[in-house]
Amino acid sequence: MPEQLLPSVDDAIALGLTRAEYDLVCEKQGAPPNQVELAIYSLLWSEHCAYKHSKKLLRTLPTEGPAVVMGPGENAGAVDVGNGLVCAFKVESHNHPSAIEPLQGAATGVGGILRDIFALGARPIAILDALRFGEPETSERSRYLLEHAVGGIGHYGNSIGVPTVGGDVYFEGPYEQNCLVNAMALGLADADKMIRSAAAGPGNVVVLYGASTGRDGIGGASVLASAELGDADEDKRPTVQVGDPFEEKKLLECSLELLDRGLLVALQDLGAAGLTSSSSEMASKGGVGMDLDVALVPLREPGMEPFEIMVSESQERMLAVVAPERVDEVLAVCDRWEVHGTAIGEVTEGGRFRVLCDGVLVGDMPVAALVDDCPLYDLHPVKPQAPIYAAPTATLPADAGMRDALLALAGAPNIASRRPLFERYDSIVQSRTARRPEECDAAVLVLPSGGALAASIDGNGRRVAADPYWGTVGVVLECASNLACAGAEPLGTTNNLNFGNPEKPHIAWQLTEAVRALGDACRALQAPIVGGNVSLYNEGATAGPIYPTPVIGMVGTMPDHERAGRLAFQQEGDVVAIAGHFHPSLAASELAKLRGEALPDGLPEVDIAKVRAAQDAIRLAVRDGLLSSAHDIAEGGFAVAVAECCLGGGLGATLDLGDSDVPWTRLFGEGPGGFVVSGHAEAVRQLAERGIDVDVFGVVGGETLSLTIAGETVAVALDELHDAHGSLARFFP
Amino acid sequence: MRFGILRFPGSCDETDAQQAAAKVGDAELLWHADRDLRGVDAIIVPGGFSYGDYLRAGAIARFSPVMESVIEFAQDGGLVLGICNGFQVLCEAGLLPGALLPNANLHFTSRQVDLEVVSRDTAFTRACEEGELLSIPAKHQSGRYWAPDSQLDQLEADGQVVLRYARGHNFNGSARDIAGVRNTAGNVFGLMPHPEHAVDAFTGSTDGLAIFASMRMAVEGVHA
Amino acid sequence: MRARVLIRPKAGILDPQGVAVERALPALGFAGASDVHVGRLVELDVADASQLDEMCRRLLANPLVEDYEIQYL
Repeated sequence: MPEQLLPSVDDAIALGLTRAEYDLVCEKQGAPPNQVELAIYSLLWSEHCAYKHSKKLLRTLPTEGPAVVMGPGENAGAVDVGNGLVCAFKVESHNHPSAIEPLQGAATGVGGILRDIFALGARPIAILDALRFGEPETSERSRYLLEHAVGGIGHYGNSIGVPTVGGDVYFEGPYEQNCLVNAMALGLADADKMIRSAAAGPGNVVVLYGASTGRDGIGGASVLASAELGDADEDKRPTVQVGDPFEEKKLLECSLELLDRGLLVALQDLGAAGLTSSSSEMASKGGVGMDLDVALVPLREPGMEPFEIMVSESQERMLAVVAPERVDEVLAVCDRWEVHGTAIGEVTEGGRFRVLCDGVLVGDMPVAALVDDCPLYDLHPVKPQAPIYAAPTATLPADAGMRDALLALAGAPNIASRRPLFERYDSIVQSRTARRPEECDAAVLVLPSGGALAASIDGNGRRVAADPYWGTVGVVLECASNLACAGAEPLGTTNNLNFGNPEKPHIAWQLTEAVRALGDACRALQAPIVGGNVSLYNEGATAGPIYPTPVIGMVGTMPDHERAGRLAFQQEGDVVAIAGHFHPSLAASELAKLRGEALPDGLPEVDIAKVRAAQDAIRLAVRDGLLSSAHDIAEGGFAVAVAECCLGGGLGATLDLGDSDVPWTRLFGEGPGGFVVSGHAEAVRQLAERGIDVDVFGVVGGETLSLTIAGETVAVALDELHDAHGSLARFFP
Repeated sequence: MRFGILRFPGSCDETDAQQAAAKVGDAELLWHADRDLRGVDAIIVPGGFSYGDYLRAGAIARFSPVMESVIEFAQDGGLVLGICNGFQVLCEAGLLPGALLPNANLHFTSRQVDLEVVSRDTAFTRACEEGELLSIPAKHQSGRYWAPDSQLDQLEADGQVVLRYARGHNFNGSARDIAGVRNTAGNVFGLMPHPEHAVDAFTGSTDGLAIFASMRMAVEGVHA
Repeated sequence: MRARVLIRPKAGILDPQGVAVERALPALGFAGASDVHVGRLVELDVADASQLDEMCRRLLANPLVEDYEIQYL
């Protein structure tokens, strides 16, 4: 190896390693690492790549089930959706890049998750996104971040021809300094055409194809994704990656053609830590070694050093392992798609990961040390004694009546119509979308068999902050309830755990409780975790941690897309009922937020089995075509849910909830397991025979929503409700 | 009846157009680098972001080899339908009058719109009724139809305005609510909304089918 | 030869980007900016500068809606 000054332990610490980790690197190497080796270790042993503070917890999650085809560890998870097809799906975060440059951060987040999907041989068919920002009313920065994050998601998804079919957005103070941008993608593949990422066959050729390599995102994985955001964000700007959806569209078509023609042994996308993580993971999974010559990598900038080439996060690149006799064919397919392909290395025996530059060895590491030997850390969870989060600013006067509360809730940023946002997305390209945003609680995508997929993404961080266990249970249940309203049964779950600094005991407690809840709820629903992502250290420099935000994505199937559910009232004269297993509470509700109440310490317990039984009954009723509409009760409680049913269908309703000692809780209380359903009186009566609570309160009709409870009537004309619900348009004209 | 649907790098709605056309005839994809149109009876230039919409929407695709053949095909009277990005390509190629500028609201907008059939006396709308409203989705960033006033007057006088956005549906700011125009000869037609995304009941509308059905009638010499 | 092509919307054509910028400036406290237009800039090396005008007319600009100006650097 060429003589060079070896980096010091201080360099290692600057790159994010601890002193003990550096010592371990020296031990594994048998000598202090050189610059290339240290750069590679520092990335692969970062939180982002090694999950060193979360891996032990994640091992407790259920990952197996009858439909699971591919579980955690591959580029994405996959479930069997029947007729020889599998659905690959995964959610991933791009929080810190989006906080620095929201348009490119969100765009490359979408690009990254799409590559994860087509790296498996699946054609991406849908995107959903989960966004969290500060209060739009008071924070100009949050409006800016949202506008540009939405712009970035649209720019990438629209241009590449993958529909954005769903998502959720929450606005809360604790996200002000640390926004969240999570993107989920779904793909479809023939079960027998899937490919894994394990490199195999010493002597096989390693081919890099796609965009050329520049200095984008150098150090991104360790510098951007694993450190709390400070004031010096401007300085981090040069490391932001820039996305090119046109290049990715070609890459996508090229990759699928390569796989369709059976030309590849293994395939992996280049994501965080670029060539370093993709190649070492392929080698590790295959139990082989790899030689890469960085001088063969096509560069966009002159004078890049070997370590820079290895860690660059330039977007739109893929790494394939190809049998030597197939290389010419592979490069010809690349040519046809105007994608640049180059052989840059070779699979070797012996488990060494060797980096060469023009044939000269510049780095030599054991693959196992890189990928498997990063130390894993135990968390030290302690429930905090005092509240972590400040009470929100009250926006609803304490003496406001129920009518004012309903209008305020309908227009609250967390509840108001998302139309101004989702209209910036193409939700219909690829001709599969049977339910667009706001037509149903879940997106519905038609399968070639005539059945359909349903997908939903959810994660109310405020409720998780109030109670990490029951709040997280609620998130998982809400996702499954959304699928039930579509008529779909969950097959698998993906998750993105967005939390603060896990080295702090109270964050460790939030994380530990949330993962315990995630496991319990997914087991109870038989919706195993097939993949996911962890984003830690989400804390602003001065604002403290974000709300703990487990974002849950769920995919399910239904036999007949023509019977997919709708949330809007359809028919004048239909009866309206609350169905399910529903015990609402105002604790941590949207109403409590508007009133400026501090978070409670804990949420009511939930009988998960009974909620599941309610979901089963709703799902079957939707599939049987029994109901005109079904809508999960979520933020804002029953009154808001029924208002959404009215607005969706342009039909009013007159409802009498009778006497009540707790009318506010009945109208605006929240909790899992409740549904607003409508249908013929006889059909709704039949639903009650299926073993769940069904309370009929009135009928659909007119141009006013009228709710009577405990002798008081709240009547709001649909026009007024519509104006209130359209409040986000003020921010996004 | 055989449709040929062009496929450029960056096309997104080409298989959607193929599926829609296949409901009324045979439909195959034609690769941008091939000059051979394989004897198809009509061409569809599909939606998407050909060449990433870099420079200007449609500006680069217009010079692809397949477009040279399409221009000859059109000059010989062949039916050519341009949808969204395809409309932009046809304007750039000079096969249709006018240009498509960035939306007045400056961002990509996806919305179901109502289109009024202004003229059914074309190869593309003969299965429709005059004045009929078609519910068809539009989704684009550069769909604001523009031409000089004198040319707009002449287009209207000559019946070349085929479709207009219904009142309240012209979100992109198109001149005189124009959603679709044809050339003087009547064999080339472009529109910003996507009829291929309104051919299945599950999408909420099947009104787009009339455009493809009209083309089949025209090729087969049926005058409704 | 190095050349720069400035492409701008033709006078009289609605330029929503220009309007948006013109509206944003006062909001940031900059008074007195008017007649704002947003265009594109293309820089390139050309072997034969005499072809540049045709390049502009055929590809770089759309003469129907855009004006262009060639500068030699």
